[in-house]
This record gives sequence, C-alpha cells and structure tokens, in this order.
Amino acid sequence: MNKSLLRLENITKNFGNVKVLKEINIEINTGEVVALIGDNGAGKSTLIKVITGVHSPTSGKLFFKDEEVKIKSVSQSRKMGIETVYQERALCDQQELYRNIFAGREITNMFGFIDIKKQRKEAEKILRDYIGFTSEAITVDSPVMGLSGGEKQGVAFGRSLYFDSDLIILDEPTMGLSIQETEKVLNFVRGLKDKNKSAIFIDHNIFHVYGTADRFIILDRGEIVGQFKKEEISRDDLVKKMIELHESGKIQVEA
Amino acid sequence: MQNFLNSYFFKTHRLEISIFIIAVILFLIYFAGAPHVFTRFPIYRAFMQSMPFFGIIAISATFVVTLGEIDLSFPSIVGITSLTFAMVLTAPWGNFFIAFTLATALGMFAGYINGLLVTKIGIPSIVATIGTLYFWRGLVNVVSQGSGVAIVDAADDTWHHALFVEKIFGYIPAQFVWFVVLTALMHWIYRYHKFGNHIHFVGDNKDSSQMMGINVDNIKIIAFVQLGFFSALAGIFTMHEMLYFWPTQGSGLMLTTLAAVFVGGTSVFGGKGTIFGTFIGVLIIGSLESGIIAIGLSGFYVQFINGIMITSAVTIYALIQRKKT
Repeated sequence: MNKSLLRLENITKNFGNVKVLKEINIEINTGEVVALIGDNGAGKSTLIKVITGVHSPTSGKLFFKDEEVKIKSVSQSRKMGIETVYQERALCDQQELYRNIFAGREITNMFGFIDIKKQRKEAEKILRDYIGFTSEAITVDSPVMGLSGGEKQGVAFGRSLYFDSDLIILDEPTMGLSIQETEKVLNFVRGLKDKNKSAIFIDHNIFHVYGTADRFIILDRGEIVGQFKKEEISRDDLVKKMIELHESGKIQVEA
Repeated sequence: MQNFLNSYFFKTHRLEISIFIIAVILFLIYFAGAPHVFTRFPIYRAFMQSMPFFGIIAISATFVVTLGEIDLSFPSIVGITSLTFAMVLTAPWGNFFIAFTLATALGMFAGYINGLLVTKIGIPSIVATIGTLYFWRGLVNVVSQGSGVAIVDAADDTWHHALFVEKIFGYIPAQFVWFVVLTALMHWIYRYHKFGNHIHFVGDNKDSSQMMGINVDNIKIIAFVQLGFFSALAGIFTMHEMLYFWPTQGSGLMLTTLAAVFVGGTSVFGGKGTIFGTFIGVLIIGSLESGIIAIGLSGFYVQFINGIMITSAVTIYALIQRKKT
C-alpha cells in the first residue's frame, strides 16, 4: 500500500528571474489521494505542468515508480500512466466525443489513418461502463459543447480510467459545477482509491478536499509550507491554517 | 422530408447540404439565364480547365484555415516556385525531374518559414504572411527583372504535359482529374488521418490540444508546409497550360481561393470545416464570372454578385452555427 508512485526531489522552476517553484519535495504513494492547496499564484499549476511534462523543471529530480525519469512531453507522461483532468480545458468543444476521448492517442493503422469504427465502439464502452451515461441525447457523435460541466468532467475521468493511468491529476475538477455534479465528481475521486489508483487533487474548496483526500499539502509562493495527514488535523484546523496563512503569509506548524 | 430533416446524416452534414443547395440554385440560374451556353459541353470544359489551378490551393488552404490561421503568401509562393520551375526546366542542364523537385522543395521551404514565424516567433499568421507575400513576389521581380520565361520548347508535347493538362479522350482536361483525385485524398486525410484530426483539435482549442499531448507547433508548421507544396504544384499545372511564366503569376489567386474556402463553409475561427465544401466553393467561385457574362449581364456585375454570394454564404453558416450552440 505504501509503495512510492511519484517522488519529487528538490524540484525548482524559474521563469526568467521569477522563482515559481522553490525546492519542492513531495512523495505520493500508490492508492493515495493527495490534496494540493494554495492561493492563486502559489505555483500549483506550474507544479502540475512539471509533473505532466508541459514544462521541464529548472533543477531537481523526478522519480516514478522509484525510477528517475525526465518527462519531456504530455504524451510521454500519459504513456507512463499520468493523466490530467483539467476543468474546462480537457476537451475541444466542436469535436465529437469519440474523437475527444482518443485525441493525441488515436487508434490508427500503420499509415496513421484512424480506425473510426473501433474508436466509436470503444468510446461507447467508456460512456456506458466508466461514466454511466444513459442519456439518449448524448452519443459518441455528439460534439462536446452540448455537454454540461459535470458531463465533460465525467468524460475526462472516463478517459483516464480507460487508459489505465496510475496517477490522476485533478486540476480544480469541481470549479463551476452545480452541487449535484460536484458530488458526482467527488464520489468519483473517492472511488479511485478502491481501484488502487493515486490522485493529486487541486481545489480551492477545503470542504471538497477534506472529504476526499488522505493528505494535504499547502503550497505558498512556490514553497511547501505545510503537510498534514488527514488523521493529524481536523477540518476546522485546516481552515484555520489557511486563514492564518492568508493573513500573515506564514503558517505555524506545531511539532 | 421530415424524416430526412431529423436524420443523423442531415444533422451532421448541414453545412455540406447547404453549400450543395446554394451551388445547385446557382447553376439553375445559369441554365435559365443562358440555356444556349449551359446545355452545351464547352463551358464545362472551360470550367474544368481553369478551376483546378486555384482549386488545388483552396483544398490545401482549408487545412490552414481550419487551424484558425490564414496564409496570404501563397500567391507569391506560386510566383517564386513557377519561376524556379521555368528557369530550371529551360536551363541547359535542366530537366523535368530537377525542375519539379526544386520548385516543390522551395514551396515547402517557403511554407516552413511561414510556419516558423507563426509558431516559434509568435507572429499572427495574417501579419507574418503579408510579410512573406511581399518578400517572395519581390524576389520574383528581382530575379526575373520583370520579364517572362517561355517554356514552350521544354514542355509542349512532352509526357508531363500530357500527364498534367492534356484532354483525356479529347474532352476531360487532365488537371481536373488531378483536382478531383487530390480533393478525395485530402478529404480522407482531413477526416480520417491523425494529422487531419489534430488540425481540427488545434484549431478548436490550442491549449486543450497541448494538454492532450498534441504537438501544436508541429501541426501548424506541417499545415503551412503542405500549402507551400500545393502552391508550387498549382503553379506547375498553370505553367503547363500556359507554357509561359510571367512575373505576376499567382497574384490573382488570393481572393478567389480564400473566397472558395469560406464559401465552402470552413470556419474562420477554426476547428470546423469540410473539404467537400471547399470543392463546391471552387465550383461556385470559379463559375461566377463566366456564368454572369453568359446570362448577359455586363462584366461590371461580376464582383458585385461575388460579394452577394460570399456574404450570404457566410451569413447562412453563422446562423447554422448559432442554432447549434
């Protein structure tokens, strides 16, 4: 259970003179949901982009399944088993669902032509088995723009399950969703643990995070300023810490 | 009829059906207005002869427009590659293979530069390609010193002349067959190849595409490169028909070509388009001038009716699009 899946050692990232990430050390184990909390500009997105290969780190080491890796592209991180679910940015609106699910890793023949029949069949399976869409209105041929926010998120989740990712990164997955849809998404995150998958869960809303994550990492201006296991801290204390941080720019970590 | 309107085919092909209906109406008007011309073969032969020259580029440009980009430099790429083709073909050491290879390679190189300017330097394509439009045309003028090159001796009555522009069975211009075959091939790539798929995604949403592991810059560069190649190819076709290079070659192509793409229903915002639409767009734009004259209107009406066609076509598409969302 406590097998290390992803380990970051002294990761830094500079954009010109701006130090966006300073000496980040994080370890994520198999079957663990870790929440990443922090204000806008804390460096959450940059950290995610380093892990998924959008940016390469300025210095530091990344280990995946105890092996040092250099992630150079999104396709590479996807192949390794890291999948990201981005709010709003996960899908292309005008394209059909079956094309969206396989975008960037199409099922093709040796000449690069897409096996449309197979993609549609697999997409149907994903909609039915992984996401549980039963609505007649949504088919694999529907363009994404007809879907609600929660449905879009469902498609992105289904995609990550289908491709059997080990680590799923959720970048504010509940932003802009209705309460009912948010609950669906949170249920989904809880379900990941049963499948022995790991997740990094980024959200502004501590109430969402607290109910789903095993561990909380608080990021502020590019640094980790606090790490708590769920059993070590109550929800109210976590909220207090965040307010403290917001007001003083510092956090008191008790021994 | 009600069944058809609710059918899957209709819903997914609304754009193609609209453009097809517009074309049919237009040709019915030609028929009614000038039956003596449009019930006979020669007018169609003339269409088949002239349309492929800009049609091939329009098909290829559909890829760039679907990306949400534009290329205004292709008329000058036609110019510089045609000049290269003519000079090499007529040189003492030259032959068709060298001329063809150099001209198309230069076309791809010109496209590659456009692609680099847009992706790596970050200049909006409309601006970058205005720059290269002047650059390549300027180079044509400098190199040719304003005079043309006759390729009659090197190209007439050759196997490549037969292959490109001679009439099959004495009726069908070969370039039209090429145009149809290329359209089919490009349609296949546009809809069913990974590259065409990525073109749609990048045009739809660049950031999402990047997140999904699509190499956005490469896709854009390849799109500009293939347009450079097909511009060169269109230039070579034109040269075989005319057997002469003139320094303004290609410069009249800009508006007809882009008009055909937009009349064909490809969205200027990117992410959506059809090769079939562009093909019909070529038939519409390419037939307007002769059609209007044949009906008996004076040449002064050509641009006016062109304007009506383009404006009403893009209005219809905008309305269809709005209904969907």
